[in-house]
Amino acid sequence: MSKPILATTSLAGCFGCHMSILDIDERILELIELVEFNKSPIDDIKTFTKECDIGLIEGGCCNSENIEILKEFRKHCKILISVGECAIMGGLPALRNGISIKECLEEAYLNGPTVGENTAKVMPNDDELPMLLDKVYPCHEIVKIDYYLPGCPPRADLIWNALVALITGDELQLPYEVIKFD
Amino acid sequence: MKKAEQITFEIDGQTCYAWPGQSILDAARDNGIYIPSLCHVEGLKPAGSCRICNVKVNGRNITACTAPVSEGMIVENDTTKLNELRKTIIEVLFVSGNHFCPACEKSGNCELQALAYKYQMMAPRFPYEFPDKGVEARSPLLFHDRNRCILCKRCVRGIRKDGKAVFAYSGRGGENLHIEMDLELAAQLSDEEAQAAMDICPVGAIIKKEQGYQTPIGARKYDQVPIGSDLIKSEEQDF
Repeated sequence: MSKPILATTSLAGCFGCHMSILDIDERILELIELVEFNKSPIDDIKTFTKECDIGLIEGGCCNSENIEILKEFRKHCKILISVGECAIMGGLPALRNGISIKECLEEAYLNGPTVGENTAKVMPNDDELPMLLDKVYPCHEIVKIDYYLPGCPPRADLIWNALVALITGDELQLPYEVIKFD
Repeated sequence: MKKAEQITFEIDGQTCYAWPGQSILDAARDNGIYIPSLCHVEGLKPAGSCRICNVKVNGRNITACTAPVSEGMIVENDTTKLNELRKTIIEVLFVSGNHFCPACEKSGNCELQALAYKYQMMAPRFPYEFPDKGVEARSPLLFHDRNRCILCKRCVRGIRKDGKAVFAYSGRGGENLHIEMDLELAAQLSDEEAQAAMDICPVGAIIKKEQGYQTPIGARKYDQVPIGSDLIKSEEQDF
Protein backbone atom coordinates (compact mmCIF):
# COMPACT_ATOMS: atom_id res chain seq x y z
CA MET A 1 0.00 0.00 0.00
CA SER A 2 1.31 3.46 -0.85
CA LYS A 3 1.86 5.97 1.90
CA PRO A 4 -0.97 8.32 2.90
CA ILE A 5 -0.51 11.83 1.53
CA LEU A 6 -0.45 14.81 3.89
CA ALA A 7 -1.05 18.49 3.10
CA THR A 8 -0.80 21.40 5.53
CA THR A 9 -1.49 25.13 5.42
CA SER A 10 -1.52 28.19 7.62
CA LEU A 11 -4.51 30.53 7.13
CA ALA A 12 -5.02 33.32 9.68
CA GLY A 13 -2.43 31.79 11.99
CA CYS A 14 1.08 32.59 13.19
CA PHE A 15 2.83 29.39 12.01
CA GLY A 16 3.11 28.36 15.65
CA CYS A 17 1.15 25.18 14.92
CA HIS A 18 3.59 24.30 12.12
CA MET A 19 6.42 24.93 14.59
CA SER A 20 4.67 22.49 16.91
CA ILE A 21 4.62 19.89 14.10
CA LEU A 22 8.40 20.31 13.91
CA ASP A 23 8.49 20.02 17.70
CA ILE A 24 7.97 16.25 17.31
CA ASP A 25 11.81 16.37 17.05
CA GLU A 26 13.48 13.25 15.64
CA ARG A 27 10.09 11.65 15.07
CA ILE A 28 10.00 13.79 11.91
CA LEU A 29 12.14 11.02 10.39
CA GLU A 30 9.47 8.48 11.32
CA LEU A 31 6.81 10.82 9.95
CA ILE A 32 8.37 10.93 6.49
CA GLU A 33 8.42 7.12 6.56
CA LEU A 34 4.70 7.16 7.44
CA VAL A 35 3.41 9.85 5.06
CA GLU A 36 4.22 11.64 1.85
CA PHE A 37 3.93 15.44 1.96
CA ASN A 38 2.11 17.33 -0.78
CA LYS A 39 1.05 21.00 -0.65
CA SER A 40 2.64 22.30 2.52
CA PRO A 41 5.04 25.00 3.75
CA ILE A 42 7.15 22.12 5.11
CA ASP A 43 8.24 20.97 1.61
CA ASP A 44 7.29 24.26 -0.11
CA ILE A 45 4.94 22.60 -2.63
CA LYS A 46 2.63 25.52 -3.49
CA THR A 47 -0.23 23.81 -5.31
CA PHE A 48 -1.92 20.43 -4.99
CA THR A 49 -0.30 17.93 -7.35
CA LYS A 50 -2.15 14.90 -5.94
CA GLU A 51 -5.35 14.07 -4.11
CA CYS A 52 -4.48 13.96 -0.40
CA ASP A 53 -5.62 11.80 2.48
CA ILE A 54 -5.08 14.21 5.36
CA GLY A 55 -5.13 18.01 5.45
CA LEU A 56 -3.96 19.93 8.51
CA ILE A 57 -5.39 23.44 8.78
CA GLU A 58 -3.75 26.04 10.99
CA GLY A 59 -5.53 29.36 11.51
CA GLY A 60 -9.07 30.57 11.01
CA CYS A 61 -10.52 32.54 8.10
CA CYS A 62 -10.01 36.32 8.19
CA ASN A 63 -10.01 37.09 4.45
CA SER A 64 -11.22 35.86 1.06
CA GLU A 65 -7.95 34.08 0.31
CA ASN A 66 -8.27 32.00 3.50
CA ILE A 67 -11.74 30.87 2.39
CA GLU A 68 -10.49 29.97 -1.07
CA ILE A 69 -7.57 27.89 0.26
CA LEU A 70 -9.73 26.21 2.88
CA LYS A 71 -12.30 25.20 0.24
CA GLU A 72 -9.47 23.92 -1.95
CA PHE A 73 -8.20 21.81 0.94
CA ARG A 74 -11.69 20.43 1.52
CA LYS A 75 -11.86 19.48 -2.15
CA HIS A 76 -8.50 17.74 -2.26
CA CYS A 77 -8.28 16.11 1.20
CA LYS A 78 -10.29 13.15 2.42
CA ILE A 79 -9.86 14.12 6.07
CA LEU A 80 -9.51 17.70 7.29
CA ILE A 81 -8.19 18.49 10.74
CA SER A 82 -8.43 21.87 12.48
CA VAL A 83 -5.11 22.33 14.25
CA GLY A 84 -4.95 24.89 17.05
CA GLU A 85 -7.20 27.49 18.65
CA CYS A 86 -7.27 29.83 15.62
CA ALA A 87 -8.61 27.11 13.30
CA ILE A 88 -11.06 25.97 15.98
CA MET A 89 -12.42 29.31 17.23
CA GLY A 90 -10.64 32.12 15.39
CA GLY A 91 -8.04 32.55 18.12
CA LEU A 92 -6.20 35.82 18.61
CA PRO A 93 -7.17 37.27 15.19
CA ALA A 94 -10.82 36.87 16.29
CA LEU A 95 -10.22 39.40 19.07
CA ARG A 96 -11.23 41.89 16.37
CA ASN A 97 -14.68 40.32 16.06
CA GLY A 98 -16.24 42.93 18.34
CA ILE A 99 -14.71 45.82 16.35
CA SER A 100 -15.82 47.05 12.92
CA ILE A 101 -13.48 46.61 9.91
CA LYS A 102 -13.42 50.39 9.41
CA GLU A 103 -12.25 50.96 12.97
CA CYS A 104 -9.61 48.20 12.66
CA LEU A 105 -8.17 49.66 9.45
CA GLU A 106 -8.21 53.22 10.78
CA GLU A 107 -6.41 52.11 13.92
CA ALA A 108 -3.82 50.19 11.90
CA TYR A 109 -3.15 52.76 9.16
CA LEU A 110 -4.27 56.18 10.41
CA ASN A 111 -4.76 56.62 14.14
CA GLY A 112 -2.71 53.98 15.93
CA PRO A 113 0.25 55.07 18.08
CA THR A 114 2.69 53.08 15.94
CA VAL A 115 1.56 54.57 12.62
CA GLY A 116 4.46 56.44 11.06
CA GLU A 117 4.25 59.01 8.26
CA ASN A 118 0.96 58.51 6.44
CA THR A 119 0.13 62.11 5.56
CA ALA A 120 -1.66 61.03 2.38
CA LYS A 121 -3.90 58.87 4.61
CA VAL A 122 -3.44 55.83 2.36
CA MET A 123 -5.28 52.61 3.17
CA PRO A 124 -4.22 49.38 1.43
CA ASN A 125 -6.70 48.97 -1.42
CA ASP A 126 -5.04 46.99 -4.19
CA ASP A 127 -6.96 44.47 -6.29
CA GLU A 128 -4.23 41.94 -5.52
CA LEU A 129 -4.98 42.09 -1.80
CA PRO A 130 -7.55 39.63 -0.42
CA MET A 131 -10.67 41.24 1.02
CA LEU A 132 -11.00 41.20 4.80
CA LEU A 133 -14.06 39.38 6.12
CA ASP A 134 -16.53 41.06 8.48
CA LYS A 135 -15.12 38.88 11.26
CA VAL A 136 -12.75 35.97 11.74
CA TYR A 137 -14.48 32.61 11.28
CA PRO A 138 -13.59 29.19 12.71
CA CYS A 139 -12.81 26.74 9.87
CA HIS A 140 -15.74 24.46 10.71
CA GLU A 141 -18.16 27.34 10.09
CA ILE A 142 -16.89 27.49 6.46
CA VAL A 143 -16.34 23.81 5.49
CA LYS A 144 -16.86 20.45 7.17
CA ILE A 145 -13.99 19.64 9.52
CA ASP A 146 -13.48 16.03 10.57
CA TYR A 147 -11.25 16.33 13.65
CA TYR A 148 -9.99 18.99 16.05
CA LEU A 149 -6.65 19.30 17.83
CA PRO A 150 -6.86 22.12 20.39
CA GLY A 151 -3.95 24.08 21.82
CA CYS A 152 -1.97 27.26 21.26
CA PRO A 153 -0.11 25.55 19.80
CA PRO A 154 -1.38 21.96 20.12
CA ARG A 155 1.29 19.98 21.94
CA ALA A 156 3.65 18.12 19.59
CA ASP A 157 2.61 14.87 21.29
CA LEU A 158 -1.05 15.55 20.50
CA ILE A 159 -0.29 16.14 16.81
CA TRP A 160 1.95 13.07 16.70
CA ASN A 161 -0.49 10.80 18.59
CA ALA A 162 -3.37 11.93 16.37
CA LEU A 163 -1.50 11.45 13.09
CA VAL A 164 -0.16 8.02 14.09
CA ALA A 165 -3.59 6.88 15.32
CA LEU A 166 -5.21 8.09 12.10
CA ILE A 167 -2.64 6.40 9.84
CA THR A 168 -2.27 3.12 11.75
CA GLY A 169 -5.88 2.83 12.89
CA ASP A 170 -4.76 2.36 16.50
CA GLU A 171 -6.74 3.95 19.30
CA LEU A 172 -5.84 7.60 19.97
CA GLN A 173 -4.01 8.11 23.26
CA LEU A 174 -5.10 11.31 25.00
CA PRO A 175 -3.26 11.74 28.32
CA TYR A 176 -4.36 14.76 30.40
CA GLU A 177 -1.25 16.82 29.54
CA VAL A 178 -1.87 16.89 25.78
CA ILE A 179 -5.25 18.62 25.72
CA LYS A 180 -4.59 22.27 26.50
CA PHE A 181 -6.10 25.45 25.07
CA ASP A 182 -3.03 27.68 25.50
CA MET B 1 -17.34 6.20 59.55
CA LYS B 2 -20.89 7.16 60.28
CA LYS B 3 -21.38 9.55 63.16
CA ALA B 4 -24.52 9.77 65.30
CA GLU B 5 -27.26 11.89 63.66
CA GLN B 6 -25.75 11.34 60.20
CA ILE B 7 -27.94 9.90 57.46
CA THR B 8 -26.93 7.24 54.95
CA PHE B 9 -27.22 7.56 51.18
CA GLU B 10 -25.55 6.20 48.08
CA ILE B 11 -23.57 7.74 45.19
CA ASP B 12 -22.82 5.43 42.24
CA GLY B 13 -23.18 2.42 44.55
CA GLN B 14 -20.86 3.79 47.23
CA THR B 15 -22.32 4.21 50.73
CA CYS B 16 -22.00 7.79 51.96
CA TYR B 17 -22.91 9.71 55.09
CA ALA B 18 -24.33 13.22 55.35
CA TRP B 19 -25.56 15.64 57.98
CA PRO B 20 -29.29 16.33 57.83
CA GLY B 21 -29.95 19.26 55.49
CA GLN B 22 -26.57 18.98 53.78
CA SER B 23 -26.59 19.34 49.97
CA ILE B 24 -25.71 16.36 47.80
CA LEU B 25 -22.69 18.28 46.50
CA ASP B 26 -21.25 19.15 49.92
CA ALA B 27 -21.95 15.67 51.28
CA ALA B 28 -20.30 14.06 48.23
CA ARG B 29 -17.17 16.15 48.80
CA ASP B 30 -17.12 15.18 52.50
CA ASN B 31 -17.17 11.57 51.31
CA GLY B 32 -14.32 12.13 48.84
CA ILE B 33 -16.52 12.02 45.74
CA TYR B 34 -16.13 14.71 43.11
CA ILE B 35 -19.25 16.18 41.58
CA PRO B 36 -18.19 18.95 39.17
CA SER B 37 -19.39 22.48 39.93
CA LEU B 38 -18.89 25.96 38.56
CA CYS B 39 -21.35 28.32 40.20
CA HIS B 40 -21.00 26.80 43.66
CA VAL B 41 -18.56 28.12 46.25
CA GLU B 42 -18.35 26.71 49.74
CA GLY B 43 -19.88 29.08 52.24
CA LEU B 44 -22.14 30.88 49.77
CA LYS B 45 -25.84 30.28 49.31
CA PRO B 46 -26.16 27.88 46.33
CA ALA B 47 -27.50 29.39 43.12
CA GLY B 48 -27.99 26.30 40.94
CA SER B 49 -27.35 28.45 37.89
CA CYS B 50 -24.68 26.59 35.92
CA ARG B 51 -26.26 23.08 36.02
CA ILE B 52 -22.86 21.36 35.81
CA CYS B 53 -23.50 19.51 39.07
CA ASN B 54 -26.54 17.75 37.61
CA VAL B 55 -27.00 14.31 39.16
CA LYS B 56 -29.77 11.77 38.76
CA VAL B 57 -32.04 10.93 41.70
CA ASN B 58 -35.19 8.85 41.29
CA GLY B 59 -34.85 9.07 37.52
CA ARG B 60 -34.80 12.88 37.53
CA ASN B 61 -31.98 15.33 36.96
CA ILE B 62 -31.41 17.72 39.86
CA THR B 63 -28.61 20.11 40.76
CA ALA B 64 -26.52 18.60 43.54
CA CYS B 65 -25.62 22.01 44.99
CA THR B 66 -29.25 22.90 45.79
CA ALA B 67 -30.78 19.51 46.64
CA PRO B 68 -30.48 18.25 50.22
CA VAL B 69 -29.63 14.61 50.92
CA SER B 70 -32.39 12.43 52.32
CA GLU B 71 -32.11 9.06 54.09
CA GLY B 72 -31.62 6.19 51.66
CA MET B 73 -31.28 8.47 48.61
CA ILE B 74 -29.66 6.82 45.58
CA VAL B 75 -27.63 9.25 43.48
CA GLU B 76 -26.12 8.66 40.04
CA ASN B 77 -23.12 10.90 39.38
CA ASP B 78 -20.21 9.60 37.30
CA THR B 79 -22.24 8.07 34.44
CA THR B 80 -21.59 8.38 30.70
CA LYS B 81 -24.91 10.11 30.15
CA LEU B 82 -24.45 12.71 32.90
CA ASN B 83 -20.87 13.39 31.86
CA GLU B 84 -22.00 13.93 28.27
CA LEU B 85 -24.65 16.36 29.49
CA ARG B 86 -22.00 18.21 31.51
CA LYS B 87 -19.69 18.35 28.51
CA THR B 88 -22.51 19.83 26.44
CA ILE B 89 -23.08 22.55 29.04
CA ILE B 90 -19.35 23.37 28.95
CA GLU B 91 -19.50 23.62 25.14
CA VAL B 92 -22.49 25.98 25.31
CA LEU B 93 -20.65 28.17 27.83
CA PHE B 94 -17.59 28.27 25.56
CA VAL B 95 -19.52 29.48 22.50
CA SER B 96 -21.74 31.96 24.36
CA GLY B 97 -18.77 33.99 25.58
CA ASN B 98 -15.43 35.14 24.20
CA HIS B 99 -13.15 32.53 25.71
CA PHE B 100 -9.81 33.26 24.06
CA CYS B 101 -7.77 30.96 26.27
CA PRO B 102 -4.37 31.83 24.73
CA ALA B 103 -4.95 35.53 25.54
CA CYS B 104 -6.55 35.16 28.96
CA GLU B 105 -4.77 35.88 32.25
CA LYS B 106 -6.84 33.16 33.97
CA SER B 107 -5.76 30.40 31.58
CA GLY B 108 -4.41 27.41 33.50
CA ASN B 109 -6.29 28.46 36.63
CA CYS B 110 -9.73 28.68 34.99
CA GLU B 111 -12.41 26.29 36.19
CA LEU B 112 -14.37 26.38 32.92
CA GLN B 113 -11.22 25.49 30.98
CA ALA B 114 -10.32 22.80 33.54
CA LEU B 115 -13.74 21.17 33.10
CA ALA B 116 -13.30 21.27 29.31
CA TYR B 117 -9.98 19.44 29.81
CA LYS B 118 -11.62 16.94 32.15
CA TYR B 119 -14.35 16.13 29.63
CA GLN B 120 -11.88 16.27 26.71
CA MET B 121 -13.66 18.98 24.75
CA MET B 122 -11.69 19.15 21.48
CA ALA B 123 -14.02 21.82 20.01
CA PRO B 124 -17.53 23.01 20.89
CA ARG B 125 -20.27 21.60 18.62
CA PHE B 126 -22.19 24.89 18.50
CA PRO B 127 -21.63 28.10 16.51
CA TYR B 128 -19.68 30.85 18.27
CA GLU B 129 -21.67 33.90 19.30
CA PHE B 130 -18.76 36.35 19.81
CA PRO B 131 -20.85 38.61 22.06
CA ASP B 132 -19.99 42.26 22.56
CA LYS B 133 -21.12 43.05 26.10
CA GLY B 134 -18.30 45.46 26.77
CA VAL B 135 -15.29 45.66 29.03
CA GLU B 136 -15.13 47.77 32.20
CA ALA B 137 -11.53 48.85 32.74
CA ARG B 138 -12.02 52.12 34.65
CA SER B 139 -11.70 50.62 38.12
CA PRO B 140 -8.24 51.18 39.67
CA LEU B 141 -7.62 47.57 40.69
CA LEU B 142 -10.03 45.47 38.66
CA PHE B 143 -10.62 44.75 35.02
CA HIS B 144 -14.08 43.36 34.21
CA ASP B 145 -14.55 41.60 30.85
CA ARG B 146 -18.26 40.82 30.55
CA ASN B 147 -17.66 38.73 27.43
CA ARG B 148 -15.83 36.14 29.52
CA CYS B 149 -18.58 36.03 32.15
CA ILE B 150 -20.62 32.82 32.50
CA LEU B 151 -23.24 34.47 34.77
CA CYS B 152 -22.59 32.12 37.69
CA LYS B 153 -23.22 34.93 40.19
CA ARG B 154 -20.31 33.91 42.42
CA CYS B 155 -19.14 37.56 42.54
CA VAL B 156 -22.69 38.82 43.08
CA ARG B 157 -23.08 36.56 46.10
CA GLY B 158 -19.56 36.69 47.47
CA ILE B 159 -18.01 40.14 46.99
CA ARG B 160 -19.25 42.89 49.30
CA LYS B 161 -17.90 46.23 50.49
CA ASP B 162 -19.38 47.54 53.75
CA GLY B 163 -22.30 45.15 53.31
CA LYS B 164 -23.08 46.32 49.77
CA ALA B 165 -22.78 44.06 46.72
CA VAL B 166 -20.03 45.24 44.35
CA PHE B 167 -21.37 43.20 41.43
CA ALA B 168 -25.01 42.92 40.31
CA TYR B 169 -27.13 41.58 37.46
CA SER B 170 -28.12 44.11 34.81
CA GLY B 171 -30.04 44.07 31.51
CA ARG B 172 -32.36 41.27 32.54
CA GLY B 173 -34.88 39.75 30.17
CA GLY B 174 -32.85 39.79 26.99
CA GLU B 175 -29.63 38.84 25.32
CA ASN B 176 -27.87 41.71 27.04
CA LEU B 177 -28.04 40.10 30.49
CA HIS B 178 -24.70 40.81 32.14
CA ILE B 179 -23.05 41.57 35.43
CA GLU B 180 -22.28 45.18 36.23
CA MET B 181 -19.45 46.27 38.51
CA ASP B 182 -20.24 49.19 40.81
CA LEU B 183 -17.34 51.55 40.05
CA GLU B 184 -17.72 53.57 43.24
CA LEU B 185 -17.64 50.51 45.48
CA ALA B 186 -14.94 48.79 43.40
CA ALA B 187 -12.71 51.85 43.83
CA GLN B 188 -12.86 51.37 47.60
CA LEU B 189 -11.70 47.75 47.54
CA SER B 190 -8.41 46.95 49.24
CA ASP B 191 -5.72 44.96 47.46
CA GLU B 192 -6.82 41.76 49.28
CA GLU B 193 -10.49 42.36 48.49
CA ALA B 194 -9.68 42.89 44.80
CA GLN B 195 -7.70 39.65 44.82
CA ALA B 196 -10.65 37.88 46.46
CA ALA B 197 -12.89 39.18 43.65
CA MET B 198 -10.54 37.75 41.03
CA ASP B 199 -10.28 34.45 42.90
CA ILE B 200 -14.03 34.00 43.32
CA CYS B 201 -14.52 34.25 39.54
CA PRO B 202 -14.28 30.75 38.02
CA VAL B 203 -13.28 32.24 34.64
CA GLY B 204 -11.30 35.33 33.60
CA ALA B 205 -14.14 37.86 33.78
CA ILE B 206 -12.72 39.58 36.88
CA ILE B 207 -8.99 40.19 36.63
CA LYS B 208 -6.77 42.04 39.09
CA LYS B 209 -4.75 44.57 37.17
CA GLU B 210 -0.97 44.57 36.72
CA GLN B 211 -0.32 40.98 37.71
CA GLY B 212 -1.18 38.77 34.74
CA TYR B 213 0.74 35.67 33.68
CA GLN B 214 2.77 35.41 36.88
CA THR B 215 2.85 31.61 37.03
CA PRO B 216 4.65 29.93 34.13
CA ILE B 217 2.85 27.40 31.93
CA GLY B 218 3.25 23.99 33.52
CA ALA B 219 3.05 25.27 37.10
CA ARG B 220 -0.53 26.55 37.06
CA LYS B 221 -3.38 24.93 38.96
CA TYR B 222 -4.80 22.68 36.23
CA ASP B 223 -1.72 22.18 34.03
CA GLN B 224 -0.79 18.75 35.37
CA VAL B 225 -3.81 17.40 37.23
CA PRO B 226 -7.54 17.45 36.40
CA ILE B 227 -9.96 19.55 38.42
CA GLY B 228 -11.23 17.58 41.44
CA SER B 229 -8.02 15.57 41.84
CA ASP B 230 -7.38 16.92 45.34
CA LEU B 231 -10.72 15.48 46.41
CA ILE B 232 -10.19 12.08 44.88
CA LYS B 233 -6.81 11.79 46.63
CA SER B 234 -8.37 12.47 50.03
CA GLU B 235 -10.71 9.49 49.61
CA GLU B 236 -8.93 7.54 52.36
CA GLN B 237 -9.59 10.20 54.99
CA ASP B 238 -12.08 9.54 57.72
CA PHE B 239 -14.75 12.21 57.79
